[in-house]
Amino acid sequence: MSRAGRITRRALLIGSVAVAGGVAFGVWRYRSPYANPLLDDLEPGAAALTPYVRIDRSGIAIIAPRAEMGQGVHTTLAAMVAEELDVALDEVRVEHGPASNAYFNEAILKEAVPVAATDLSAGAERLRGLTRVPAKFLGMQVTGGSSSVPDAWVKMRKAGAAAREVLLAAAAAELGVDKASLETRDGSVLAPTGERILYTALAERAASIEPPSDPALKPVAEWRLLGKSQARVDMLPKCTGAAEYSIDVRLPGMRFATVRMNPDLGAGMRGFDASAAERMPGVERVVSLERGVAVIASNTWYAMRAAGAIDVDWATASHPRTADAHFAVVEAAFDESRDSRFRDEGDVDRAFVEGADLDGEYRVPYLAHATMEPLNALAWFRDGKLDIWAGNQLPTQARKDGAEIAGIDESEVSVHTTWMGGGFGRRAEMDFIQSAVAVAVAAEGVPVLTTWSREEDMTHDAYRPLAIARFRANVAAGRATALDLELAAPSVFESQFGRIGIPAVGPDLSIVQAAWDQPYAIPDYRVSGYRAPVMLPISSWRSVGASQNGFFHECVIDELAHAAGRDPLDFRLDMLTDEVSRGVIEAVADMADWGAPLPAGRGKGLAFVLSFGVPTAEVVEVVDTPNGIRIINAWAAVDVGTALDPRNIEAQVQSGMIFGLSAAIMSEITLRDGRVAQSNFHNYNALRIGQLPDIGVRILENGPEIRGIGEPATPPAAAALANAVHAATGRRIRELPLNRALRFA
Amino acid sequence: MKLRVNGVEHDVDVTDDMPLLWVLRDELHITGPKYGCGIAMCGACTVHVGGQPVRACVLPAAAVQGEVTTVEGLKGPEDLDGEATTSGHSGSGTPASLNAVQAAWIEHQVAQCGYCQPGMIMTAAALLAGNPAPTDADIDRALAGHLCRCGTYPRIRRAIHAAAANLDGDEA
Repeated sequence: MSRAGRITRRALLIGSVAVAGGVAFGVWRYRSPYANPLLDDLEPGAAALTPYVRIDRSGIAIIAPRAEMGQGVHTTLAAMVAEELDVALDEVRVEHGPASNAYFNEAILKEAVPVAATDLSAGAERLRGLTRVPAKFLGMQVTGGSSSVPDAWVKMRKAGAAAREVLLAAAAAELGVDKASLETRDGSVLAPTGERILYTALAERAASIEPPSDPALKPVAEWRLLGKSQARVDMLPKCTGAAEYSIDVRLPGMRFATVRMNPDLGAGMRGFDASAAERMPGVERVVSLERGVAVIASNTWYAMRAAGAIDVDWATASHPRTADAHFAVVEAAFDESRDSRFRDEGDVDRAFVEGADLDGEYRVPYLAHATMEPLNALAWFRDGKLDIWAGNQLPTQARKDGAEIAGIDESEVSVHTTWMGGGFGRRAEMDFIQSAVAVAVAAEGVPVLTTWSREEDMTHDAYRPLAIARFRANVAAGRATALDLELAAPSVFESQFGRIGIPAVGPDLSIVQAAWDQPYAIPDYRVSGYRAPVMLPISSWRSVGASQNGFFHECVIDELAHAAGRDPLDFRLDMLTDEVSRGVIEAVADMADWGAPLPAGRGKGLAFVLSFGVPTAEVVEVVDTPNGIRIINAWAAVDVGTALDPRNIEAQVQSGMIFGLSAAIMSEITLRDGRVAQSNFHNYNALRIGQLPDIGVRILENGPEIRGIGEPATPPAAAALANAVHAATGRRIRELPLNRALRFA
Repeated sequence: MKLRVNGVEHDVDVTDDMPLLWVLRDELHITGPKYGCGIAMCGACTVHVGGQPVRACVLPAAAVQGEVTTVEGLKGPEDLDGEATTSGHSGSGTPASLNAVQAAWIEHQVAQCGYCQPGMIMTAAALLAGNPAPTDADIDRALAGHLCRCGTYPRIRRAIHAAAANLDGDEA
């Protein structure tokens, strides 16, 4: 039919988040905007000037429709609106707002097309632009892919600017003066006479004024909030105990529940005997779920204790029974047909006709997300309406799933997205919301908070997949001349999109993410992806495929540097093709005083990864002590294009790096008799305060586009550490976690 | 059983083996102390009993001897001899009415997801009560039982030093 229809079809073919079937495309829908969801239940006298700004007599609310899971997104997104609106951040209320397609994320799919971030050609831009079409059709309100800032960058500033224009027009009408004579400051309109009208007093009149569709934005020189560190809007309540996560929501008459699901992931239940559990203190009822049981009680602890007392006859899943057997399946994928080969320069086959100078194999295990707040959701089903309180990264999907389980229309579902005690990708999965809704439907009329125990949370994750990398390489005259990198893993996109009913066809870019597109020039250079079958459920884990590929690719580069007899820093700089990337590598080398002599037993490791459009360079320094390896220094440099909130960016870089270091040192999920063997922090631990030094961070702004920073600091961390261990001890460790081979102090 | 929490006496009807955490959270709806692991491995549930930090997730409520203080009841310097501050309950308190540790946490913008922070703050407050000038090693030792998945550790260390310096200044 239409041009947009054809574009969509092409977008589907080029993208690896290609969308086929299940979604009704039509040009009419692409052109028509989604309705402003704030208009649905607006109080009299209030104005929802755009989907991001609601003003009434009591105050100004900014809607920051992305999951606040610690990354500071509510503060930064609110600052975009507040900057243009001319209000101070402490004068507004920041809310997540309702689940709505109007808040669809149009930036996240840009990362799903095989175009390198450094490719700024017209063709590359066109390809990225095409992803807007399926993004809008899907209408998915999603937080992930470090996309919140680039997604909001223009639209939320425009929302603030449009709201300001409307308020100016309202004030002009009220005062009977020309709009051009008015100014705005600190939540008020100022007249040349000195008269000052609060925005809140203009709400009623403003509500009937049509906002401009393309208001002008402030020039950078006039910014008062953006580019400067802000006090986070969530900081005070997070320090007083007043912060409300979904696990903290308390309603009159509510009950507390927990679940016990088949530990053999993917399999169902043959039957259960809950007679002992039903007689236990506090227990009100036991509910049968699709793959397990739930206990509803007067207290979460009663529910958890009773859940353990239920005798369940579990079915057996079909995936292999041990982690080694899972690795064998991934190994076999190298012999199957290839999933992708987005980089193929020179003639790699010919380069290795006479063998390779070096080769090897790297491995990483399954990983759990292990958010500090165990999975939970509160649901209340009554009078044909469903309310869901859940910290989640995908509210439009929560609404859809909730409606389906409750057998009602989506319009009868309200999703209240709370702050979340960590996300890291886990809260983009819907399983914990589905179980809470199923419990609430069984307990119709009563609000029920369903909390997974830490053990259920850890053994029923959608994990970071295990993966294997194989490489062969040649070096000559101090340079890499050939690199053939082959990467095999189960497909995250297939597993994840399958669970929300969107078939993902085409290659899975995450298998080769941050390995195929690195800005290095090597004459014969090839990166291939191989797709293993999905065995355990797998999902996005902070930085997704880059989490393993950063380790693989940058350890291999380090191996090549040593094989070539070169300093790892100079070796990288020599083959670097991107000046923005050069900036961060030189910055981190400067911070770390790279090249300064070190005493025996100490070593520094460098790693550079370009992921989510952010070139990130990290250096880790370790010392080999009698008690084991100890990290004594760490530095990172990033380039985000435009740094909106330096102090928060620093926090995210430290956070991402520590997340990566923790996993690299001590995290792995393994299987015993087909069941996940790790259950709590005693056997799936993370770094503690005494195991980490301060981390120096430098933020650069040379990049061509504004970028998000929740993930990019994670991928280089493991490689920087493993390269430091090699520098300090001479040991090249090619498998994570490192504590399989090494002791850490 | 009777329980005194943040200056208020409560009478709760639960089994003797219920951990204090679940009495606070689900019976009294005091939700500052968090459930993280249930096995005293993460510290998110830390509260004070008689001024000492304890893991509420493994301490049976029936075994509690003394006054329980949660992050909501942590007192600012000006409240030490008076009534419990309400700032923690409402979340609308100004930094001036906060405990020195909470004020330092805000000054240094420590929290990210924030879920582990009530426990961190309670242990830090107890540390400073017994050791007004802790070294990095003292801090690392006191907080070794706490877990933060966001990696706020560098700022936690900075904030505790800042709180110590501020308290020292107040007394001088």
